Amino acid sequence: MTHYNFAYLDEQTKRMIRRAVLKAVAVPGYQVPFGSREMPLSYGWGTGGVQVTASVIGPTDVLKVIDQGADDTTNAVSIRKFFARTTGVATTTSTEAATLIQTRHRIPETALREGQILVLQVPIPEPLRWLEPREAETRKMHALEEYGVMYVRLYEDITRHGRVAQTYEYPVIVDGRYLMRPSPIPKFDNPKLDRSPALLLFGAGREKRIYAVPPWTAVKSLDFDDHPFEVEHWDRPCDLCGARGAFLDELIVDDKGGRLFICSDTDFCARRRPAADPPRAMW
Amino acid sequence: MYVAVKGGEPAIDNAHRLLARERRGDPSVPELSLAQIEQQLALAVDRVMTEGSLHDRALAALAVKQSRGDLIEAIFLLRAYRTTLPRLGVSLPLDTATMVVHRRVSAIFKDLPGGQILGPTFDYTHRLLDFELADPGEGSAPPMEEGRGPRAEVSLPRVMDLLDREGLIESEPPAREEDRVGDLTREPLTFPAGRDVRLQNLARGDEGFLLAMGYATQRGYGRNHPFAGEIRHGEVTVSLAPEELGFAVEIATITVTECQMVNQFKGSATSPAQFTRGYGLVFGGAERKAMAMALVDRALRGRELGEEPTSPTQDEEFVLSHSDSVEASGFVQHLKLPHYVDFQSELVLVRDLRAAHGTPRVPATHAIR
Repeated sequence: MTHYNFAYLDEQTKRMIRRAVLKAVAVPGYQVPFGSREMPLSYGWGTGGVQVTASVIGPTDVLKVIDQGADDTTNAVSIRKFFARTTGVATTTSTEAATLIQTRHRIPETALREGQILVLQVPIPEPLRWLEPREAETRKMHALEEYGVMYVRLYEDITRHGRVAQTYEYPVIVDGRYLMRPSPIPKFDNPKLDRSPALLLFGAGREKRIYAVPPWTAVKSLDFDDHPFEVEHWDRPCDLCGARGAFLDELIVDDKGGRLFICSDTDFCARRRPAADPPRAMW
Repeated sequence: MYVAVKGGEPAIDNAHRLLARERRGDPSVPELSLAQIEQQLALAVDRVMTEGSLHDRALAALAVKQSRGDLIEAIFLLRAYRTTLPRLGVSLPLDTATMVVHRRVSAIFKDLPGGQILGPTFDYTHRLLDFELADPGEGSAPPMEEGRGPRAEVSLPRVMDLLDREGLIESEPPAREEDRVGDLTREPLTFPAGRDVRLQNLARGDEGFLLAMGYATQRGYGRNHPFAGEIRHGEVTVSLAPEELGFAVEIATITVTECQMVNQFKGSATSPAQFTRGYGLVFGGAERKAMAMALVDRALRGRELGEEPTSPTQDEEFVLSHSDSVEASGFVQHLKLPHYVDFQSELVLVRDLRAAHGTPRVPATHAIR
């Protein structure tokens, strides 16, 4: 890849994106518009995350890429390969060993530490979008901290279903100020956003927005006193590693209703299994 | 067992190999050359250049070949290449009055200075399959009669300028030097958008989308009473005035199609009745796109002209946010990426809700491990 700059983007573009990232860090939860570039991978595949990663990655970084918690899904493989080709940095599947993690739809089960950066790919950054389709309006609502409609929406769920029926991209308030859509992570992962030791960066390429949760920032999932925020739980452990309290994927294994529940975080799961039990061929 | 999207790297490599083989097709059939695509699929090349925002016939032809004729994919390829190019300067506005005209029609005057020039058009062809074309070696194209081609020394006055002289149509505000032209590919779109950025968006916008939007305005969704004031197609020169030179130099000659729509406007309390404009400009001969673009441009000028917006075609956010085929195609198609984490969350919720409702749970048997 000698025809391309380190990490594909030219230095001017990286500088522009870094400025947006700095602004995002300075105003936690605020969506900063940026001059998103057309990338050589498709919109919806993580162009925002890729641009953020490309502008913060350095030669000494160790990169991990996951999709749905897994290191070996096709899109994670493809993005990891893209950076391996364009930067030559070391890549890993280990959450602990990584300095930079790009992810789609999950936050790793292994606790992040200070100094790490987690880059989340975001399809629709605006938390108010399903309530108000117009960008001109939603920007005004954020400026005026006019978030009542979101509480009304959650309340309507409670009157209809007896509970909040939002299961992923569950809305949060960042640092007591901005309403934020934490990308389509399951609400199971929301508690990991709160006072995270790692820097969390969110990149939305098609929508041209970057936002951030700086380390140790308070992130509160919206709820009511009589309906406190809850995460989903499974009444069984992981069928492979026996973990309880991890997010489980459900696999349909035959046509008779047979199910397997396994950790969605493949690195976490593999580490918990005895070394004598190597990952099976299918993984 | 479960292999669907796991198994990553070899699967991707194999997919790429299969794709390359499919693209080539039967090896006993001669391979397409870029020159063939450029010459004989010229309108495909024009569309890819227009919506790809890059005037380069050879690269556009390459993109058409690489994408197996999927023009939206070709546009994407060209865009992804374009984004890596440096911006060396901004050209002066094209002067389409000096165009070397190949085609020029006006639907509002029977005759006008310079006359109507039909040029190469499908308009009056009978859409009968020409089976002679099916035979290889169809022979040479019919020769052009001596002295009948486009002439560089004749410039045709623009119909809009003729109307403007009488004050019948709104004047274009003169370009001011300090007005920087926006660039969507460098800065994000914000609302309300200026006309420069809007026209850039529409020029890059998907032809099918604009066609449908323009058509909708004709059927009453944001009707704006259009007349095709003038459509002209031909060659114009592109000039650049580098600051250090202090004068303009011609850097290229390109082929474009321009459409100027004339639209009725009854006037308001503050302004007398006057025709208004809708504008479309595309590379090459993408005439349908130029016309649709002009209709949509005019529909989106509603706010500026004090018209009450009544339909999505007049809604700037609706139109400009959804016109881009590369963005739309990406987001629609990303639905095939794995979403099983989100879906698992939904499964947990729906099972809980059904249990709360008293629906008996169908027990899931354990798989044999």
